[in-house]
Amino acid sequence: MLAFIVRRLLLLVPMLLAASIVIFLMLRLGPSDPAMDYLRLSKVPPTQEALETARRMLGLDLPIVSQYLDWLGKALTLDFGTSYATQRPVLPDLIHYLPATLQLAGSALALTLALSIPMGMWAARHREGWPDQVVRLVAFVGVSMPNFWLGFLLVLVFSVHLGWLPPMGRGGLAHLVMPVVAISFMSLSINARLLRASMLEAAGQRHVRYARLRGLSENRIERAHILRNAWLPIITAMGMHVGELIGGTLVIESIFGWPGVGRYAVSAIMNRDYPVIQCFTLAMVTIFVICNLIVDIVYAWADPRIRLAGEDAA
Amino acid sequence: MTDAVQPIAKSQETGFHLPRRWPVRLACLVLLLLAVAAVAGPWISPYHPDQMELARRLQPPGSDHWFGTDHLGRDILSRLIAGVRVSLGSVAVTLGLILTLGIVIGGIAGFAGGRADRFIMRVADVFLTFPTLVLALFMIGVLGTGLVNVIVAIALSHWAWYARIVRCIVLSLRHREFLLAARLSGAGPVRTFIEHLLPATFSQLVVLATLDIGHIMLHVSGLSFLGLGIAPPTAEWGVMISDARQFVWTAPLLILWPGLALFVSVTAFNILGDALRDRLDPHLKAEHGH
Repeated sequence: MLAFIVRRLLLLVPMLLAASIVIFLMLRLGPSDPAMDYLRLSKVPPTQEALETARRMLGLDLPIVSQYLDWLGKALTLDFGTSYATQRPVLPDLIHYLPATLQLAGSALALTLALSIPMGMWAARHREGWPDQVVRLVAFVGVSMPNFWLGFLLVLVFSVHLGWLPPMGRGGLAHLVMPVVAISFMSLSINARLLRASMLEAAGQRHVRYARLRGLSENRIERAHILRNAWLPIITAMGMHVGELIGGTLVIESIFGWPGVGRYAVSAIMNRDYPVIQCFTLAMVTIFVICNLIVDIVYAWADPRIRLAGEDAA
Repeated sequence: MTDAVQPIAKSQETGFHLPRRWPVRLACLVLLLLAVAAVAGPWISPYHPDQMELARRLQPPGSDHWFGTDHLGRDILSRLIAGVRVSLGSVAVTLGLILTLGIVIGGIAGFAGGRADRFIMRVADVFLTFPTLVLALFMIGVLGTGLVNVIVAIALSHWAWYARIVRCIVLSLRHREFLLAARLSGAGPVRTFIEHLLPATFSQLVVLATLDIGHIMLHVSGLSFLGLGIAPPTAEWGVMISDARQFVWTAPLLILWPGLALFVSVTAFNILGDALRDRLDPHLKAEHGH
């Protein structure tokens, strides 16, 4: 198990390097001229002379390989350049905004798990009964609901009408409720449906029938014989949900005035502020890859077939 | 949408009749209304969607303006109707692009096999696992904001699902006799692919595309809401929601209508997609989770 984790951790290095090359190349080979954007954002009139100076200063006159190596060398010392728009170093700003985003996305993940698992189990237990219908309806609404509109609906009901929850800002638990619900509704709907389907599939297998013949209680069968198998697709899907939850967080932040990376990134994208876009994308890739690594480790741990095979190999 | 459904109707000998369940019927009715609004929008809408009348701004629903007016005195109903065309139009272009990319890349991977196939599928895997919104944000960062770039960005973040399906089907049929016969009678690989393999992928691609329509609509509106896609003053639902946000306290109905339009349309497409899947392709269910 330890060897497996170490191997996967080492694999992260080439993966992130490849990601950084792709991100760097695509931004450089894109249709617009970084020097031009630099001048526009620093409010310097774009004369030929100013363009040349900016090109030289930003290193854009060098061949693209040495530009990348130059960037990589600085990135390894945690220097990701300065924002064209604010003239401030990118990384400290990003790190300043990141915890708020991670708090929101993490809470959304927790809510997704906490609601979708009981919902899926409940629906599977009462297949075709009214609980199943209720869960199906909720899940159907969930996958069709625009998350940003749901955010405003919640504000309308709980802030404007009832005055129970604060409509904006970051603070205590009350500030967290509406954005987290808006972010996680879609993922928890998908997850509840997936768990229901996967439990029903596991329940149809022969070892479950055998367990029933042995006279085990339904509770025990569900816990020890169905859920243990039904878990696995859910864990795999978690990797995907983490990505969708991060994406949802970036959108929802703008509705609730949440001081996270979402607004920082969106304004950088609008301004074509290259160093920020580059650093932001790389940060998202890193977070996403690490989350998927955790998912893989949990999967290997939860599935003895993989866990034991790994130990044999090691 | 109706023309996308057509090929299946022909391919099934029994004919394609609408399921009797009422949600599916209701969804089809909604889609019909949307199609009418998209085609006949300019003739059926009571006002011009961009016509401002500052004296009558933020009117509540009434007999002149059924859904009221916005902060610039524009008629909400007319703007909602104009939004249908923008939304369905961008979905159609996006889907066209996705299908082209998916079919071409998947076809090449399946036909070429070996190294090329492995390389293409590795690239596809990255696109399959990476969160679509972050990918789209990055692509907009590369290409710049605006509707065309949003469409390209969304297409680039979706093609891999389609490529995978096409590749799988090509791989599974590659060595069948009818393909050998086609090759022997002198048909080149492109012709063999178009005439003999593509039809086999239709039902799966149509199901996946129908299920993705809602997803694409949400993406286009979401990115426009953030100010990265369609720019105001264009009447688009995401833009309307973004316009209405400053009036949540004074005119809450403003934000209700465009969101409701989006929600109802996405729901209708999802119901249709689910019905098509149950009918044509029960195995796709667990595969496509995003």
